[in-house]
Amino acid sequence: MSVFSYPFMQRAFLIGIIIAIISSSMGLFLVLRRFSMVGDTLSHSALAGVAIGMVTGVYPLYSAIVVTLAASFLVERLRKEYKEYAEISLAIVMAAGIGLASLLISIGKNKTIGINNYMFGSISLVTEEDLRIAVVLGIIIIATLLVLFRALFYMTFDEIDAKLRGIPVSRLNLVFAMLVAITITLSMRIVGILLVSSLMTVPVAASIQIAKSFRQAFIYTNIFGVLSVTLGLIASFYLDVAPGGSIVLISLIILFVVILLKNFYNKIIKKQVM
Amino acid sequence: MSREIVKVENLSFGYEKRLILDNINFKIERKDYIGIIGHNGSAKSTLLKLLMGFLKPNTGSIEIFGTSIDKFEEWNKIGYLPQNARNFNTRFPATVEEVVGSSLYSKMNIFKTLNKKIKMEVLEALKAVNMVEFKDSLIGNLSGGQQQRVFLARLIINSPEIIFMDEPLIGVDAESQNIFFELIDKFNKELGVTVVMVTHDTNPLHNRANKIFRLDGGKITIYNSNN
Repeated sequence: MSVFSYPFMQRAFLIGIIIAIISSSMGLFLVLRRFSMVGDTLSHSALAGVAIGMVTGVYPLYSAIVVTLAASFLVERLRKEYKEYAEISLAIVMAAGIGLASLLISIGKNKTIGINNYMFGSISLVTEEDLRIAVVLGIIIIATLLVLFRALFYMTFDEIDAKLRGIPVSRLNLVFAMLVAITITLSMRIVGILLVSSLMTVPVAASIQIAKSFRQAFIYTNIFGVLSVTLGLIASFYLDVAPGGSIVLISLIILFVVILLKNFYNKIIKKQVM
Repeated sequence: MSREIVKVENLSFGYEKRLILDNINFKIERKDYIGIIGHNGSAKSTLLKLLMGFLKPNTGSIEIFGTSIDKFEEWNKIGYLPQNARNFNTRFPATVEEVVGSSLYSKMNIFKTLNKKIKMEVLEALKAVNMVEFKDSLIGNLSGGQQQRVFLARLIINSPEIIFMDEPLIGVDAESQNIFFELIDKFNKELGVTVVMVTHDTNPLHNRANKIFRLDGGKITIYNSNN
């Protein structure tokens, strides 16, 4: 049977393409704002959220969304507190996330046994409920991104001028933090908490190697993200490995191929000029 | 139309007990070309940030176009070129057109796209600073002088009535500096744009600025072109 004929794989591909688009798009803004570490920080908060859900009997994706949203607001608040050392806010929230998660995992014992599936991602455990949440939230995030695209671009390039040109920067920062938090929570189901931030950064790293405009960077990032997730899921199915690892390794292969092709192309052009 | 654009009265600003601006008073009028000079740490940039409303004075008042700076909303009348404008990540994947066009955000359609009309306006602004051929270049690939001209295009595209600039020519080569000043002179003389420039280098201000504000020890001394 083909990989696409299994219902659980169809669910995985659908949810995978949605998270590839939202993770890569949000990742582009995060990387260019030099906030790559936000992904790591919030994914560890998501781990605490999952653990809370498992211990209390709430559906883990819901508790993870709430905790990650709270963590993203906390990061924003602490960034204002430590203006000169903004990365401290990430370290503090990450510490809180890991601390709380490890405490709950030890307390929960049998209840938290399934947490590995959230750490490294899982295909077979993607439920109808996960799919419904991912489709609804994914569409909301993509629509919001399209509407706010110009404002986010300009705020990312020059926050002060964006403010002067009438972009509501403070509110936009808050909306952006919320979108990042939801993106991370949705992505952890397939990619896994430990690798969420890789899916947000590696496709971006490949796209900014070759993009000749911001529009191109956005398109390439999405193509590389979707390619990584779909090929990674196929590899995960046939090799019987956790999808998080295969997705991220494929995104790294794409990055290296892009760098190699770019260098090769530059050498040929240089030779022709000389 | 009132000639007065900026009115500063009894302005003091400091951190804790140390005042770095002490009871400052001045006015800036339409078409003025003002140089703000002073040694390092004389609060030149701080004064500019207060005028832009980024910092709040301890005491005193600042009015721009007849409105107190805390209530001021007509930011399209103001152009601002901060000292660190060129501190962006040089690998930022944005073209000159995307950067200049996006500053027309408030004039864009609901989807905020760079439509034909916006692109035409960008072209006109780039023509004014002799940068049309770099429209599709990545901004990070341009030289310091070229980047500064792009930022100038971004300022003028919103037709500001006053331009604030903080050390705009640090790290810019001599030829680009000359082009930059010629453009600023043109905006000031032909378009009537008021210019306020913070600079440590007073030479370019000779025969240009009609007023010099010299900051020293928290006090301001104002020199007019006739003295």
